[in-house]
Amino acid sequence: MAKKILTVDDSASVRQMVAFTLRDAGYEVSEACDGEDGLQKASGDHFHLVITDLNMPRMDGITLIRNLRANPNYKFTPIIMLTTESQETKKAEGKSAGATGWIVKPFKPEQLVAVTKKVIG
Amino acid sequence: MSDIHVEAFRVEAKELLADLELSLLELEKDTENEELISKIFRALHTIKGSGGMFGFDDIAMFTHDIETCYNLVRDHKLTVTKELIDLTLQARDHIQQMLFAQDEETVDAERTAYLLENFRRIVQGFSAIEEERTPVQIKKDSTSTSSLFMVKFFPEAHIFNSGTNLLPLLEELRELGSAVIKCDSEKIRTLSELDVESNALGWYVLVNTTQRIESIKDVFIFVEDDCEIKIEELKVSNSDLVWEHISRYFDNLLDTIKDFSFSEFKLRIESEAQKYVPDLVSAQKKRKEPSEAKHETESASSIRVSAEKLDELVNLVGELVTIQARLNQTALSKNDAQLIAISEEVERLTWDLRDSALNIRMLPIGTTFSKFTRLVRDLSQELGKDIEMTTEGAETELDKTVIEKLNDPLIHIIRNSIDHGIETPEQRRKAGKPEKGTIHLQAAHSAGNVLVQIKDDGAGINKQAVVKKAIQNGLITEDQTLTDHEVYNLMFLPGFSTAKTVTNVSGRGVGMDVVKRAIESLRGSIEVDSVEGVGTTISLKLPLTLAIIDGLLVQVEDNSFVLPLSSVSECIELTQNNRANAHGRNIVKLRGEIVPYIDLREFFTISGNHPEIEQVVIADIAGMRVGFVVDRVIGQHQTVLKTLGKMYRDIEGISGATILGDGSVALILDTLKLASMAEHLEKNLLEAI
Repeated sequence: MAKKILTVDDSASVRQMVAFTLRDAGYEVSEACDGEDGLQKASGDHFHLVITDLNMPRMDGITLIRNLRANPNYKFTPIIMLTTESQETKKAEGKSAGATGWIVKPFKPEQLVAVTKKVIG
Repeated sequence: MSDIHVEAFRVEAKELLADLELSLLELEKDTENEELISKIFRALHTIKGSGGMFGFDDIAMFTHDIETCYNLVRDHKLTVTKELIDLTLQARDHIQQMLFAQDEETVDAERTAYLLENFRRIVQGFSAIEEERTPVQIKKDSTSTSSLFMVKFFPEAHIFNSGTNLLPLLEELRELGSAVIKCDSEKIRTLSELDVESNALGWYVLVNTTQRIESIKDVFIFVEDDCEIKIEELKVSNSDLVWEHISRYFDNLLDTIKDFSFSEFKLRIESEAQKYVPDLVSAQKKRKEPSEAKHETESASSIRVSAEKLDELVNLVGELVTIQARLNQTALSKNDAQLIAISEEVERLTWDLRDSALNIRMLPIGTTFSKFTRLVRDLSQELGKDIEMTTEGAETELDKTVIEKLNDPLIHIIRNSIDHGIETPEQRRKAGKPEKGTIHLQAAHSAGNVLVQIKDDGAGINKQAVVKKAIQNGLITEDQTLTDHEVYNLMFLPGFSTAKTVTNVSGRGVGMDVVKRAIESLRGSIEVDSVEGVGTTISLKLPLTLAIIDGLLVQVEDNSFVLPLSSVSECIELTQNNRANAHGRNIVKLRGEIVPYIDLREFFTISGNHPEIEQVVIADIAGMRVGFVVDRVIGQHQTVLKTLGKMYRDIEGISGATILGDGSVALILDTLKLASMAEHLEKNLLEAI
């Protein structure tokens, strides 16, 4: 069965690109438009991987990661954050919140697939 | 990138730019509104991030500096001014132009430069705050030749809390080229203490790849902060040529040695590769020159066979010995004279075959000895001592594996002798000894064993110092009186070291207990004898081989056990009368001598009653006699050793198992361990009385 991935981003184009790329690579992808939406969708389903942006309205990525880690179902689920190169401190913050890894924006589709493979195989 | 994505981005960016415009205008009226500031930042951030992804690299680059600016505003490092808002609005318009101008007109580069310059001027002074870091690179910068890398990957216990899955990482290493992955599971607790949510594993990986070291580092990019990771390139040329050999060597090396440092592993592999290359080259040469090769085979008296083939042969012989035992048993039970005759003949042949198979694996110990000459020379020079090494019995043959495993303990013992044993030339002169100290290595056969002795003519062991130290370390109490033998044994306890200072020669945190364990794992024993002022002798008694031992098969009820025959000296009977006379103590009288015994029935809590007459197998262990009480002694048994599984490995008193002729399993007793247990039990009993 295909592994399920949740992509959380306020930018529709990024979501579309992530979803398109990962579907192409054989994964099942759901989309959420911000942290709160993401948290809700994550609680209602079980995903093998969550890819989240950090800067989002309503609930940002760091808070989403913290909330997900507090949920027993997501205690050990890989979470990838999307960062820009100017966010070295954010990266550290995300890691301490429990993020598994990161992808630096802008990224190429093959980078996204490589990182996805790295964390969920 | 397909057109739908680009189009989606254009639509989104247009919306964002419209939002941006509105927010900027509002911000002009309310310059402190943080919500607006974050909104602007987010819009810029998204434009930049997505722009780069969908091929609008110029937009991404352009927006980067504006974003930096608003990041500073958000962090209250910069205040919103009219100038900033004006500039941003201009930039917004410019971005929109860039967004749709892409294909037709060229973008006004001058304007881009002008706007950027202005933003940079505002940001100036803050630019040092953030230095960009290279993003994840999935590049394949390969070199044409491959190299060997050794990787130590020990994730911390809490690694899973960040959602990290370790298997894909190891898989990734494997995909870089060829890899041997060895798991170190030493830290795994027993089931009752196991914490399934934390990691207890670590890995050593040897990778042969054409990729650079950066590619290997990239594998661990997400986990490098939560793991102990060491990646080093090995100095090995022609890694493809030696790979097959080295990967196997690496595999075995980690099985045999656990407490080695990374660099020591590395050195070993490098030197093994170096050793192997000349062999390989000469082998290739031979192939190239058939006439010469032919000539060689005609005159050669020896051939080169890989060690694996020999191991395989010994394994097969081991199986044969087991089957032969079964044949023998069947023949006897059928009581068919003809079959028995055949069986006996097969038995004789099997034994001969076993002996010669084991014999093939024998190597003279001299090869090891010669290595130490250099060690002694270098170390003694380093310490300013004058030491000569002499050897005797270098032609004594031992099993290859025994010799290999003997190397490290011997190095340790010799180091100890040089460092703590032999005195400096001045001290020696004062003591009336020749200035030149001697270390004598000696090997000899002795009744199915090989005796290796390391003698030095140094200061000997100061018994008082040993006892004092042991009391200090809480190993014994002050009122205990110990025999010389017991005093020397103290030195083999973990955490014992008499060296006054730690030198880089011997005191490296590994004590004699490690040596003892290594020797015991070879089913050997170690003994120390010393005369103060005259010298110390350390004797190692080692079995000829590890694969097959001569054992004494005994039974308690229907459980079979095997005692190594080499340590058994005799069997006597034990009646219920004898037991009664001992007043509940586990001792038996043997020609006037009192011998403690272990009742295997009690020890292994085997149910059932003691028979009227039991047997006591008397064993000679480390200079001491110990009895083992069993129901029946079956007789001599050719024991093919099978090691116990991981979970049973640490059980005290059992060193392995063997399969008997009828297919049942017999445990091989570790007499040495059992004896020391008996000693303790008896002591406790005596104290209780």
